[in-house]
Amino acid sequence: MALKIREKMVPMPEQNPEVRRYNFDEVPLGYTEEMAMEEANRCLQCKKPTCIEGCPVGVNIKVFIKYIKEGDFEAAIRKIKETNSLPAITGRVCPQETQCQGRCVLGKRFEPCAIGRLERFVADWEREKGNLEIEEIKEKTGMCVAVIGSGPAGLTVAGDLIKLGHDVTIFEALHKPGGVLIYGIPEFRLPKEIVEHEVNYLRRLGVEIRTDEVIGKTLTIEEMLKEEGYDAVFIGTGAGAPRFLNVPGENLNGVYSANEYLTRCNLMKAYQFPESLTPIKTGKRVAIIGGGNVAMDAARTALRLGAQESIIIYRRAREQMPAREEEIHHAEEEGVIFKYLTNPVKFIGNERREVVAMECIEMELGEPDESGRRRPMPVEGSEFLVDVDTVVIAIGNYPNPLIPNTTPGLEVTRWGTIKVDETTGATSIKGVYAGGDVVTGAATVISAMGAGKRAAKAIHNYLIEKKEGI
Amino acid sequence: MNNKILSIHEVVPNVFRLVIEAPTIAKKARAGQFVILMSEEDGERLPFTLCDWDREKGTITLNILEVGLSTCRIGKMKSGDRLYSVSGPLGRPSTLTEGKCVFLGGGCYGIGAIYPLARELKNKGNKVITAVEGRTDYLLYMKEKLKEVSDQYYEITVLNPSGRTGKVKDIIEELLSQGEKIDLCYFMGCSFMMMKASEATRPHKIKTYVYLDSLMLDGTGMCGCCRVTVGGETKFACVDGPEFDGHQVDWDEFFLKKGYYFEEEVMVYQHHNCRRKRESQENGGRV
Repeated sequence: MALKIREKMVPMPEQNPEVRRYNFDEVPLGYTEEMAMEEANRCLQCKKPTCIEGCPVGVNIKVFIKYIKEGDFEAAIRKIKETNSLPAITGRVCPQETQCQGRCVLGKRFEPCAIGRLERFVADWEREKGNLEIEEIKEKTGMCVAVIGSGPAGLTVAGDLIKLGHDVTIFEALHKPGGVLIYGIPEFRLPKEIVEHEVNYLRRLGVEIRTDEVIGKTLTIEEMLKEEGYDAVFIGTGAGAPRFLNVPGENLNGVYSANEYLTRCNLMKAYQFPESLTPIKTGKRVAIIGGGNVAMDAARTALRLGAQESIIIYRRAREQMPAREEEIHHAEEEGVIFKYLTNPVKFIGNERREVVAMECIEMELGEPDESGRRRPMPVEGSEFLVDVDTVVIAIGNYPNPLIPNTTPGLEVTRWGTIKVDETTGATSIKGVYAGGDVVTGAATVISAMGAGKRAAKAIHNYLIEKKEGI
Repeated sequence: MNNKILSIHEVVPNVFRLVIEAPTIAKKARAGQFVILMSEEDGERLPFTLCDWDREKGTITLNILEVGLSTCRIGKMKSGDRLYSVSGPLGRPSTLTEGKCVFLGGGCYGIGAIYPLARELKNKGNKVITAVEGRTDYLLYMKEKLKEVSDQYYEITVLNPSGRTGKVKDIIEELLSQGEKIDLCYFMGCSFMMMKASEATRPHKIKTYVYLDSLMLDGTGMCGCCRVTVGGETKFACVDGPEFDGHQVDWDEFFLKKGYYFEEEVMVYQHHNCRRKRESQENGGRV
């Protein structure tokens, strides 16, 4: 029997680019039940599903899609949640094209199955139908775990360990939990309501969340273990310290780190200023330096704040941009201007030390570097000026040194990331584990969750051994 | 429970002294550190220097100068109210010496904020000379407490019909001309005072510490909003400071960075006050 397969993914309805570039509402609107079932029908249900190998947390993709096909969304979401506790988030922010969808057999001839959209669909379906069932919690073990940081790694560890019967407290430095999901990723890409929903679910499971706790300042890891009675500690503090270019004029007014720009807008709701009280300069001509997801987020945020021009300045070419394909596509649709093979060499200010222009240099691609991407080299004598009134530096982050600096015996690499055993997340201190960006340097939500999963398993084993040892 | 205002009163016009329940911060607080405070959920995150603390009672004390909408809203809070968020203690503690002659200068909120530093330095066996400045004498406060921890105490005002006028820098210059040997200086208060005082000690090569109250968001080194140039290098006031060498600070940059949102500060103030007035008119004139 000849199989007739839709060659392209079922398209997901989206806000019109001309409308959405002026609002902060979510861009993709999600599948309806019919669309989801039609898309699920495209799945070949391979005997050996390669998509699962592409998933950092090993979601049983084949089976959950089969349930969607059959219209059993309840079963589908349960299947996902066996291994992924934050599907509404990963369905939106995972780089599926290089993970599950990148391995999809269908993708060899046609477009791959839209696994991310389907994951998002069932997660939203479950949240929207309300009266969420609370998962079973194993008998209390009496052991206590401190989780530092409430980003994707921390939330995953907390969720897994509370279900295994341990007591869990999350310590968050900011006033709201969620980490990068709250301060970094904009509302139009990941509505904050979804993050709050996941955090509240953890609270219902019994996780205690203490905000405004700057570990290393308010409390140290040593004190947690010796005085506060925690049996184990997980460090999931992410990569929160911004990198700058170290070029002249970088401290001019109007030059923001992406962290500052996005934190003002997302966490502090500066887009609602003056109703909310934190200001941000909207800017008429905004330049964003960098080519990752954060750069795309900043460029699209600038448009929504009212910038007339939002320009991405990236030192390599489009093919080398690390951002998700969908983010680049959305930014292009909304009218973000891309200047490839360009790098700023200095920022020029006026008498009030406000940035008014930047000098850029053209780049060309040389031999591949250690990352495998072709190394950008400046073209001599190609300097030119770009008029700007706001600049956002989005060239990456490194881990905040606060915890390593206040935790004697905690080994770090020369990049400032915490040294761990890769399979368990165990650090150089007994009972202290780490995972996510603080170990790998800035990476993805899903890889942080994967690390959280592995660490939770190891912490559980450690706690059981510790308990039996008593 | 944390963040409850135990007492609040206006010590001098526009300066409010708050005692806040914050046991975890009180436990760790040290002179020169600060907290980040939010009065309400959609409010700003603002840094304030710790002016005192009581580890046993679990309280911290802040002096807050009303300068814009957010600080005015804090000034309108009552004892028993709860602040939305208080985190700290943040920043590096002050550099403390032993057995030296130290000069401390304070102005506006710094008059209160310099107190724990004076106390610590006194406890370490230093000779402590404290000078406070204000526009007029009714803007000065903390006199008795500062006197308790100082070997010499001076007050100076810009306006003084009956006597001498001037600023903290004039006192230090006078003491030096009288042959007082000062080893170290600490200045806390408005940027202009700290800059002028630093200029006064520069020719005498006296090590001078200032406390830079940059604009901040997280206060933990995450955003870089508080960047300052010190000795030609970029520093984050929140984690590398707030204490810096006053002779090395790029003051022009610091002034202009602090004033970058001036227009927005005026706008947000008017926006909310106009609405309050309109609402009060609708309510028959009751505010």
